[in-house]
Amino acid sequence: MSDELDEIQGIFFEECTEGLAVAEAGLSAMAEGDASSETIAGVFRAVHSIKGGSGAFGHAALLAFSHRFENVLDEVRGGRIPASAEVTKTLLGAFDILSDHVAAAQGGTEPPADAAMLAQLDAVLESKGAVAAAPAPAPEPVAEADEFGFTPVAAVVEDFDPFGFEPVAVALEDFAPVEPAEPAGWTVRFGPSRGALGNGGEPMLVIRELEDMGAVVTSVDIDSLPGLRDLDPEDSYFVWTLRVPGTVGEQDIRDCFDFVAPDSLIEIDREEVLVAIVPEVPVTPAAPVAEDDDGFGVFEPLPVPEELLTLVPLEPAPVVAAPAAVPAAAAEKPKAEARPASVEVAQTIRVDLSKLDQLLNLVGELVIRGSILSDRLSPADQERVELPELSRLTRQIQDNVMSLRAQPIKQAFSRVPRMLRDLSAETGKKVILETIGEMTEVDKGVIEKIGDPLTHMIRNAVDHGIESAEERLAAGKPAEGTIHLSAEQKGARIIVRVRDDGRGINRERVRAKAIERGIISADAAISDEEIDGLICAPGFSTAETISNISGRGVGMDVVRSNVEALGGRLEINSIPGEGTTFTMALPLTLAILDGMIVRLGDQRFVLPLANVIETVQPEPGQVKETSPTSEVIELRGQYLSVRRVGELFGMRSQRAPEDSLVIIVESETAGHVGLMVDTIDNRREVVIKSLEDNLHPIRGLGGATILGDGSIALILDIDALVATGGSSKYALKGMAA
Amino acid sequence: MSKLILTVDDSASMRMLLKASLAAQGFRVEAADDGEHGLERMHEVKPDLLITDINMPKMDGFELIEAVRAVPEFRGTPILVLSTEFSDEKKTRAREAGATGWITKPFEAAKLGAAVRRVCP
Repeated sequence: MSDELDEIQGIFFEECTEGLAVAEAGLSAMAEGDASSETIAGVFRAVHSIKGGSGAFGHAALLAFSHRFENVLDEVRGGRIPASAEVTKTLLGAFDILSDHVAAAQGGTEPPADAAMLAQLDAVLESKGAVAAAPAPAPEPVAEADEFGFTPVAAVVEDFDPFGFEPVAVALEDFAPVEPAEPAGWTVRFGPSRGALGNGGEPMLVIRELEDMGAVVTSVDIDSLPGLRDLDPEDSYFVWTLRVPGTVGEQDIRDCFDFVAPDSLIEIDREEVLVAIVPEVPVTPAAPVAEDDDGFGVFEPLPVPEELLTLVPLEPAPVVAAPAAVPAAAAEKPKAEARPASVEVAQTIRVDLSKLDQLLNLVGELVIRGSILSDRLSPADQERVELPELSRLTRQIQDNVMSLRAQPIKQAFSRVPRMLRDLSAETGKKVILETIGEMTEVDKGVIEKIGDPLTHMIRNAVDHGIESAEERLAAGKPAEGTIHLSAEQKGARIIVRVRDDGRGINRERVRAKAIERGIISADAAISDEEIDGLICAPGFSTAETISNISGRGVGMDVVRSNVEALGGRLEINSIPGEGTTFTMALPLTLAILDGMIVRLGDQRFVLPLANVIETVQPEPGQVKETSPTSEVIELRGQYLSVRRVGELFGMRSQRAPEDSLVIIVESETAGHVGLMVDTIDNRREVVIKSLEDNLHPIRGLGGATILGDGSIALILDIDALVATGGSSKYALKGMAA
Repeated sequence: MSKLILTVDDSASMRMLLKASLAAQGFRVEAADDGEHGLERMHEVKPDLLITDINMPKMDGFELIEAVRAVPEFRGTPILVLSTEFSDEKKTRAREAGATGWITKPFEAAKLGAAVRRVCP
């Protein structure tokens, strides 16, 4: 079962991650003034679930912290502590520590120091949130490393015990001297109370359990059994007397009654034996059952109103008659009855992502086999074996599997409000966030990986883009800056934009800095767009360059390489005085591509079909050389730049343009561009295999695939390919990162 | 035929843990992920025992118990509530709703089994 437990624990941590996201979103909403009960209850539930699971899996420090956190949340939820700004701030702080605890529990590392935070939570609890929630934090106790180098965990766990075990203090004196051979037996009298049969109670179970321990029923008192007319079949009228062997401990007997209503008659007495010393055990019929000893117990039955205890003739009423013994459920809660018995509920199942990946891989293999079949079979044979139908089904399976991995991009966006608030506090700038398209669905792998780039772009926008309130007012802008965050699907790409209404990129300073850093030469003639792009150049530190605001100086080159590693592209548009837009164009999926197979010499390449606009067979003279290194094609009165794909990869081609094909593609950066290839083979879906497992990323190549005949074709990354500047010849030289 | 237990908890790991613990002790286990779904499953599987969490989205554990007890067929079905802690208030609430007993989370498999056998041998 340990494998199973590991698996369940894995799921627990997934839930923690989701719970943390929910809690963070809720706390962020609270910080923005949304103190609705649903929001607070959502946060409470998230933390509560983390606590529940952490106990089950033995993460004591996480359990202890989440327990204390939950206590405060419970008070806030119950309205006993106001969801004030100060309290929310403390809760956000506690959230951070909780995240660290989860990470520590998951990674098996030392739990974070949480004493100061716990002190703050206690302060909130004690003051009922009335006092500013952040007293001078208690100094973190210096954990003394013991001789083995372990530091004691600062968590407080004494107020409860994750497994319900009581520590047993055993001292030698506690062991009694050898008992007399046969201790006196017990006499047990048991009379279930009225209503004990309600709520699923069953007195016979107790008797059987006692019998299992060797008890014998010696008598049954049926004196209180009424006449048939007054008999309530759901009531209990008997009193049993049992003899239990003296070898059975009193607690064991008592335990049998854990699940019996406490107001039942329960008497446990030692049989009168002269030599035995009867311990002083106060036993009264109404003695409350020892509760919670074993982590479970039973409820006392409801007081049953007299009128319901007398039999009433059943009326052939249309409605369900109120059950006699449990009136509260039916009589007092009509809304429960009103609830339709069958409610449509979206059922979900949680699946390990790696299983989906395996499935996706298998589907990929299936697609490849399908391609091989269609290559090898004549069209007539294909029809005969119903290959088209098979392909259609394969395609459907593929779409389905892809959709399984799709998630709303909201998951990546949800952390932004919180971050913005922190940034606002750091920089003193007021920023409003506008979000559009957060329900756009993207592959989960993409969502996971855009978090960091997104964080960096937002940080950059606040640090460097948005001006101070005074500066903004002076420029005739509202004092508060705005950041627009949007996502939309465009063809096979997801476009994520971060737009600020700040000062824009200071091109003079960027250019000066780039020259100083040796990134460009002093006399380089470069366009505004190219200057903007320089902030993503490796080695270009943006922090002190563009603005004097102290920031974290996140290198935008890291952002760009992250986005490119995803097969996406980063574009920057800036208008001085009006703001900057960062655009990430990301692939919708990381696995399958609709491609056009083109041939260059004896090599085949795959062009993503999403980029292809049209294919042109050039007439002589239609392709013109504008410089020794650049060519254009004239198309319906327009001139489009043409790149010889073969040459981009250092392959020589002797073909004249009129013997070639020009494929017009759309790129995000350069608009429409012509790519010159020898011929087009066909069009097909290809399964993208990453090159990066074995090779460094190569700009211009998005991966590789296996074609129907088993040969390998490289997949072109159009955007990277056309973003290589005006010169086509050997333009990619030195670009391999 | 072994006893059939319906577990209702919004946490998948908790559902799996319950299932693993109970199945290892010979019980058959069905699961639902919130109160509404739980009520629906009650009608579908008609279990010998219902074990429900309290804090759940949509319909919580108390509401579920009330709804279950409102169905004549389920009046005698034992119901155990599962929670990380039981204040007197919470116990009163659970009792009033119609619960048979309670189990504190986290539980030990053996004690869970013992609790289950107590109300549903």
